[in-house]
Amino acid sequence: MTDLTLTTRRERPFDPPETYARLRERGDVHRMRYADGHEGWLVTGYAAARAVLADQRFSNRPELAHPPLAARADLAEEIRSQEFEVPPGFFLRTDAPEHTRYRKLLTGQFTVRRMKQLEARIEEITEARLDEMEASGGPVDLVDAFALPIPSLVICELLGVPYEERAAFQEDTKILVSLDARASDALAAIGRVFTYLYGLVSRKREHPGEDLLSGLIEGGELTDDELTGVAFLLLVAGHETTANMLGLGTYALLADPAQLTALRDDPSLIGNAVEELMRHLTIIHVGPVRTALEDVEIDGHLIRKGESVTLHLPVINRDPSRFPGGDRLDVTRPATGHLGFGHGIHQCLGQQLARAEMRIGFAALLRRFPGLRLAVPADEVPLRADMAIYGVHRLPVTW
Amino acid sequence: MKIEADTNVCIGAGMCALTVPEVFDQSEEDGTVVLLQPVPPAELEEGARRAVTLCPSGALKAV
Repeated sequence: MTDLTLTTRRERPFDPPETYARLRERGDVHRMRYADGHEGWLVTGYAAARAVLADQRFSNRPELAHPPLAARADLAEEIRSQEFEVPPGFFLRTDAPEHTRYRKLLTGQFTVRRMKQLEARIEEITEARLDEMEASGGPVDLVDAFALPIPSLVICELLGVPYEERAAFQEDTKILVSLDARASDALAAIGRVFTYLYGLVSRKREHPGEDLLSGLIEGGELTDDELTGVAFLLLVAGHETTANMLGLGTYALLADPAQLTALRDDPSLIGNAVEELMRHLTIIHVGPVRTALEDVEIDGHLIRKGESVTLHLPVINRDPSRFPGGDRLDVTRPATGHLGFGHGIHQCLGQQLARAEMRIGFAALLRRFPGLRLAVPADEVPLRADMAIYGVHRLPVTW
Repeated sequence: MKIEADTNVCIGAGMCALTVPEVFDQSEEDGTVVLLQPVPPAELEEGARRAVTLCPSGALKAV
């Protein structure tokens, strides 16, 4: 029986917990004890991670997965025990072919070209936030003033969710990603957001607009329940992800003056810097988790039907066999191929939107405030080890 | 070198169009891959090979 368990507690803000980094030196695939006592697996190597994520003999259905983390064990128990069904339209946690049907309806909206067309609008939104920051004067909390509102405004506009109604879902989204939330609270939060979005879908059916949800309604392929599930997925995924990359990414650049200077001196590095920040910081620090639908051999290990596999993406993205010297942040390194957006059929649908938001956001922030710096000692920045998506709770900055 | 694309497998992530826009595009309808140059010119071969490796769904092949 293995002693290895999963924790999100770190020794240093930008580096994954040392236990798992050391583990990677011994191999790609390890036995791990899950919170419910299940003897499953932990993957720490790049090649094995790609193999698992690309293999459809591994399921993404939540009711099959064992909980890797004690903090979420009660929620997982709830999902596994009762007559749980993934809400219609929440296709992230489904397998092909259900997944394929939803994904194909949406991919056309998130292509490289579509996101290019959105760039001018993202720039406007970004500059408006920076104007407001500048007018208020420092110090400000960069999360509150910049990192969260930009992706939030963009996804709301894209979906057709009125931004002024964000109180109806932003607090509940926080509960959803909090590792300390009780299962009953998390399920209640999900319920409230679904109720809000179901109402929004009905309103859109009555009064369609020029947005993604209205377009899907008009397409006529999805029921209101399915549309609600799709909207829920895109809204939550569009909020907590890019926001945390903008916050933690800025913190990482401010903590590494050489890298910050390199990027300031050569703004053409921004596209590459975004990939490198995604790789080096990898804010998805719990899972993904997959469960074997049949016996599968990965890197010489026999993973039996029903066993769960947790991927440690922050450690995987520093695998020296794929990214030599991966513990260093280097905005000039070729960083594409990182698994920060995942891999396989569930690879992030909104990744081209996230890239555009990060390229525009980081570049505009550095341009506007040449003297940008932390307004508190570096070790006083509160870190999100207690959230399903890593980052900073607050980032007090001045200029 | 010739590139083959399977649009039934493609999930429209856009990694190929991002990597070598001269060779790969995405359909307006469902975002799946559109091959602009199935036989990429020599100077784009390396990029096209990288796009095949980066493809998350295994929809691309270099033959």
